[in-house]
Amino acid sequence: MAERVSFERKLPVGAIDTRASGWWAMIFTIFTEASLFAYLLFSYYYLAVQPHLPGTFPQGGAPDLSLALPNTIILLASSAAVAWAQFGIEHGSRWRLVAGLGLGAALGLVFLIIQYFEWAAKPFGLASSPYSSLYFTITGFHMAHVVVGFLILLALTYWSGRGYFNRVRYAHIHIGALYWHFVDAVWLAVFFTFYITPLLGLKT
Amino acid sequence: MTTVSDYERAPTVAREDPQLAQHLEKMWEGKKGLYGWLSTVDHKKIGIRYIITAFAFLVAGGVEALIFRLQISWSNVHLLTPEQYDQLFTVHGMTMIFLYAGPVLSGFSNYLWPLLLGARDMALPRLNALSYWIYLCAGIFLYSAFFLGFGPNDGWFNYVPYAARAYNAGPNIDMYALGMILLGISTTVGAINFIVTFLRLRCPGMSINRVPILIWGTLTASAANIFAIPAVSLAFFLLWMDRNLGTHFFDVTAGGSALLWQHLFWMFGHPWVYAIVLPAMGMVSDGLPVFCRRPLVGYTVVALATVATMVLGFGVWVHHMFATGLPGVSLSFFSAASIIIVVPSAVGVFAWLATISLGRPVFTTAFLFFASFIVLFTIGGVSGFMTGSVPVDWQLTDTYFVVAHLHYVLIGINVFPVVGATYFWFPKMTGKLMDERLGSWNFWTMFCGFNLGFFPMHISGLLGMPRRIYTYGEGMGWDWLNLITTLGSFLFAAGVLLFIWNVVKSYRYGVSAGANPWDAPSLEWATTSPPPPYNFTVIPNVASRHPLWEDRLEDPERKEKSFIGVGLALDQGKETLATTSLDAEPDLILKMPDDTLVPLLLALCLTVIAVGLALVNWWVVILGGLCTAISIAAWLWPEAKLGETAVPAVTERGNG
Repeated sequence: MAERVSFERKLPVGAIDTRASGWWAMIFTIFTEASLFAYLLFSYYYLAVQPHLPGTFPQGGAPDLSLALPNTIILLASSAAVAWAQFGIEHGSRWRLVAGLGLGAALGLVFLIIQYFEWAAKPFGLASSPYSSLYFTITGFHMAHVVVGFLILLALTYWSGRGYFNRVRYAHIHIGALYWHFVDAVWLAVFFTFYITPLLGLKT
Repeated sequence: MTTVSDYERAPTVAREDPQLAQHLEKMWEGKKGLYGWLSTVDHKKIGIRYIITAFAFLVAGGVEALIFRLQISWSNVHLLTPEQYDQLFTVHGMTMIFLYAGPVLSGFSNYLWPLLLGARDMALPRLNALSYWIYLCAGIFLYSAFFLGFGPNDGWFNYVPYAARAYNAGPNIDMYALGMILLGISTTVGAINFIVTFLRLRCPGMSINRVPILIWGTLTASAANIFAIPAVSLAFFLLWMDRNLGTHFFDVTAGGSALLWQHLFWMFGHPWVYAIVLPAMGMVSDGLPVFCRRPLVGYTVVALATVATMVLGFGVWVHHMFATGLPGVSLSFFSAASIIIVVPSAVGVFAWLATISLGRPVFTTAFLFFASFIVLFTIGGVSGFMTGSVPVDWQLTDTYFVVAHLHYVLIGINVFPVVGATYFWFPKMTGKLMDERLGSWNFWTMFCGFNLGFFPMHISGLLGMPRRIYTYGEGMGWDWLNLITTLGSFLFAAGVLLFIWNVVKSYRYGVSAGANPWDAPSLEWATTSPPPPYNFTVIPNVASRHPLWEDRLEDPERKEKSFIGVGLALDQGKETLATTSLDAEPDLILKMPDDTLVPLLLALCLTVIAVGLALVNWWVVILGGLCTAISIAAWLWPEAKLGETAVPAVTERGNG
């Protein structure tokens, strides 16, 4: 091979932090997922403003906050745990990475269990009314996302424990964590819609 | 096996030479045989598969149309049963809009993007393969229902309550719903891939004001898709729940809303219309100037108009619902928005006309298709903003006038540019030129057949003929118009056959094309025809919009020149260059994945879930879900070879 010279500067090689293609792909995956929730909540508000008999939207009046509010805090705490893990690996701390991801996954699981009790306590089922259909479908969509996020955190915890990542190579962690933060953030929109707007007067 | 032994390196700059080419060939060429065929992640192979599959669906949809055209070619014909007729026109619409028009553009963009951008593949090659396999699975899923006798039968936009269980008890609509959700996944992952490729894989120097217009078109369509597709996937999922789990989203009798379906459908549907025309307009914006021997007039405004059309396109969906009794203020807003879209559309038309009139046109077949597109787009555009006016729409909605409009738009702005693009890029894809004499016959047959077939529909619509009717009485005054339409549609079909014949014939016996048969300016013509698996031996470096025309386009302001044969070699494994998003400065060396069966397996797993939901069998759904999770874990397992894992501790110490 004839004349070969080196490029003027060094370039990073492979999946490095937010320059990995997967990180960009996750950003746009989140855009499309966020749109999905936007359309779900649009359906809620669209049906909410149709005429309904008193007390049928929300069915049985504004939903109780006693489980939902602590559960919201648990989900936010899991995001904080995962963020703590992310800062950990950026400083090269593998134990913080494993502990933070594991804690995040555990809190995600607690959220799912509490959601199960929340569902079980409802006096109506999926097919009872437009409200009940919306409630179980939208919170169900969110729970499915939490399950996916939980599996992602489990995989990341396992890989971290095996020593796959270090201070430079941790793109997988940031990509998975980004998804988890999205799942937590979108819950705030779901929570606000179902639990807060009836208190603000959006009910029949 | 190559392993990543360091976190950064200063890549070699080299001149292209056979030895380097041979070295790259060894790393990039896929495996032979069935395994290689099923596991390839090469964007060129995937692109051609997309195009061929989409054309197969075009032919299927065309045959369906010819059959039901016979049914309505004269009054009181009973060639088909009403149920057969319903399925045929619905499957025709579904096929053309979802299985042909979008995917064929994905195919061209898949093939062309890395070549236009000076990259070695798409940013996410495995996702590209996944996108194709899901598309194929969804197509087979939808068509298997049709062949088993329960194809969709409520029109492609599938309004409730017709589509509710109470009025449509069979599995027809369930299969349509689930197939569309599956197809939506394919479109979404494809769109994400285009956006990431645009932001990261443009070669050095290709700042965003230097990309070809096709890139703008597909990028804009992809951005629209990631926001719009969830609406239709959700609508179909909620409909499936209403039909199978007893929910009440669209059930008016229980407090749901039938209009919710229409909103969700058209919030997707109208942006989708632009998504299936903007990339085709982009092909014309890039192809037409080559045959006018000058750059496109008004590059910047055409690019901006592309984006503006799409942004406005999100605010016009209610013009499909003018006759549903919505409040007047809503109608006026959406009517105004629909008519304003004329402005960016006209920008394109004037830019193309100016390019022709200021250039020295060469009347090739590709030119004829591109130029005729301008005429058809104008006719379809005018009938479009006519119906954008509320009183006119009230008169014309659900008549054949709308059928004429949508065919002028979709055939005029999708099929004609796509056929032109095939004449233009076929030499790149195969190394052979297409037959120009046959091409001329092909063009005039299609052009005459199309206008003979679809122009009279405007008149039958104005005479009050409703769309989708099974038959009509004599004395309505529609007989002759419908007979002409049917004859025209057969002539158009003959034109499409000539096109297919030309493709097959030229593929076998065509004249050898060489790297740049049209003397075109953009990067795809800088590499051989067909291109090698790695596209470019060294990564190009561009300094203008027309890297291959720089010598003749005098520009006193330009100090730099493009470098095509000298650049980064990136030969330490399958690699390509990532650049910064706006300025395209070198940023990172990307490790590209090898061929793999995982995308195919994942597509099959998702199809199993769809089959499970169709059967309402939760065990099948769970099985499909488990296999999906395993496939995704296998896909994403961190690989040292892709530079995803920490270097083994020993080496790390060695590097200090």
